[in-house]
Amino acid sequence: MTAGAGLAGPGPADPGLVEPGLADPGLVEPGRGGGLAEVVRRRYLLRLIVRRELRARYQGSLLGLGWSYVRPAAHFSVFFFVVGVFLGMNKNVQHFPIFMFSGLILVSFFNETLINTTHSVIGNAPLVRKVYLPRELFPVASLLVSGVHLLPGLAIVLTVSITWGWTPSVVAVGSALLGFALIAVLGIGLGLMCSALHVFYRDTDKVVDIATLFVTWSVPMIYPWTVVRDTAPGWALDLYLANPVADAVLLFERAFWWPTTDRTFLFPPHLTRDGLISLALAVLLLGAGQLVFARLQRRFAEEL
Amino acid sequence: MPGPADARAAVVVDAVTKRFTLRHARSIKNMTVRRLRGEKLRERFVALDAVSATIAVGESVALLGVNGSGKSTLLKIISGVMPPDTGSVRVRGRIAGLIEVGAGLHPDLTGRENVFLNGAILGMDRAETLRKFDSIVEFADIGRFLDQPVRFYSSGMFMRLAFSIAVHTDPDVFLIDEVLAVGDPLFREKCIERLREYRRSGRTMVIVAHDAKLLRQICTRGIFLENGRVVWDGDIDTAADLLVKKRQERRGKARPAAAPPTAAPPASGSSASGSSASGPGAGPAPSAGAEAGTGR
Repeated sequence: MTAGAGLAGPGPADPGLVEPGLADPGLVEPGRGGGLAEVVRRRYLLRLIVRRELRARYQGSLLGLGWSYVRPAAHFSVFFFVVGVFLGMNKNVQHFPIFMFSGLILVSFFNETLINTTHSVIGNAPLVRKVYLPRELFPVASLLVSGVHLLPGLAIVLTVSITWGWTPSVVAVGSALLGFALIAVLGIGLGLMCSALHVFYRDTDKVVDIATLFVTWSVPMIYPWTVVRDTAPGWALDLYLANPVADAVLLFERAFWWPTTDRTFLFPPHLTRDGLISLALAVLLLGAGQLVFARLQRRFAEEL
Repeated sequence: MPGPADARAAVVVDAVTKRFTLRHARSIKNMTVRRLRGEKLRERFVALDAVSATIAVGESVALLGVNGSGKSTLLKIISGVMPPDTGSVRVRGRIAGLIEVGAGLHPDLTGRENVFLNGAILGMDRAETLRKFDSIVEFADIGRFLDQPVRFYSSGMFMRLAFSIAVHTDPDVFLIDEVLAVGDPLFREKCIERLREYRRSGRTMVIVAHDAKLLRQICTRGIFLENGRVVWDGDIDTAADLLVKKRQERRGKARPAAAPPTAAPPASGSSASGSSASGPGAGPAPSAGAEAGTGR
């Protein structure tokens, strides 16, 4: 807790602590955003904003942060009973609950990031309009809030997989980290674009809302990827696996579910390589998102 | 030009022009309808037209003008909230803006939490906030409400807290917009005293307010804007007189027949300071609301 505050302590970039007249900071253009780098510099403020988001979201609710357990639990039970029991997926996939849940937490993380970042700038309109801050703070704070909501799900997945015989291994931990990094980078890259666009076109959140529906069903989360392999033509399978979210879900399954099974299930060939390529592309997308955001943010104050 | 120490500039505004676009239609349906009727889809108007000004370190400058003259826009451009279309703005040191009351106060957080959050928004780190915490709370005078959500505060308490945090950030350049219009007289006095003290310490201030009397008390220099152009840049008294005169002209235009209080001094030039004293009572309250509407 306090370590972050220590790091955010007075630095050379903080002219406020310098007595005026002693040091001359020079004339600079105000409101020249340093983008994500400046967000990192002002991480103390970022932490307070994240805390505020969490506090405000559960203000006056009895369960508080407990709601972040209820939502995935509800999701889980719906999919488990409909797909697992009624449609018989339990028989096709060993340890189906953990198979599904490991993908579900990642997809929820992605969807929540996308939806929250999209609203993040508009939701902070009073601040954007009146005080100059690096505006990237708001989407980044939304990403971190979604990250906090991911933790309970992750804890449940780990607990269940450990009881089913999961042990840490290089493949497992590496896959988990790669999958998470992929989704986080992709989420903030898209989130920067959507949040900026949403200021100018309030259609954006509707589009994002529909997009999350597609994401939920177009990844191998409630069915194994082999279903697509066995039914769809080759080009469709390539397209399906080119989806970075699908890669990330497969990686999470390899991390948490696969070690608990008899390990006969085959993942698509070159999953690690494809994951790394996707991550590289996601980083490029993040760069593009930062560019778009930096351009559009100049007109935020007059548009809001 | 004012101030002996104006060799160093705190704020340099160079030929700043800002245009706004008014969009009449946003949805495809409305756009089609307007186009079929041959109406304009958007209109542009100039909020600031080649405005230049240099504010030296230690100066306290008032931006004056009737509603819609562009003074709030100029303040926002100085604060960095919006960039100019053409021209440039440069600022020395830390700027803190008090642009409308408590922009950074979150209603669901307590007063205590808001001190930390708003302090961080205005550029203070944790150690600095901790050091100044007691002083902030004491100045704001919110007492036992400190640990209550700000939502339950009266508007006076809300404003006091916001103002107190902002003054304690000790910015090099302090921008103030319309915040002194609210608050009880006692606190107002306290704020004015604080601002004077602040001025004496050699810091720079830029203030937008509708209260000519108040500006005369705090500022040494006035920049009068009209339709986005600088009409007067010089001593505060002339600028304040100009404001009073323009306001009377406007009032006269609005209701040419009935103007009992302002009709009294026909020789307005000499008794300007006297009539401006009646200004704050009648003038600022309604115009502040209108300004908030046009300023966004």
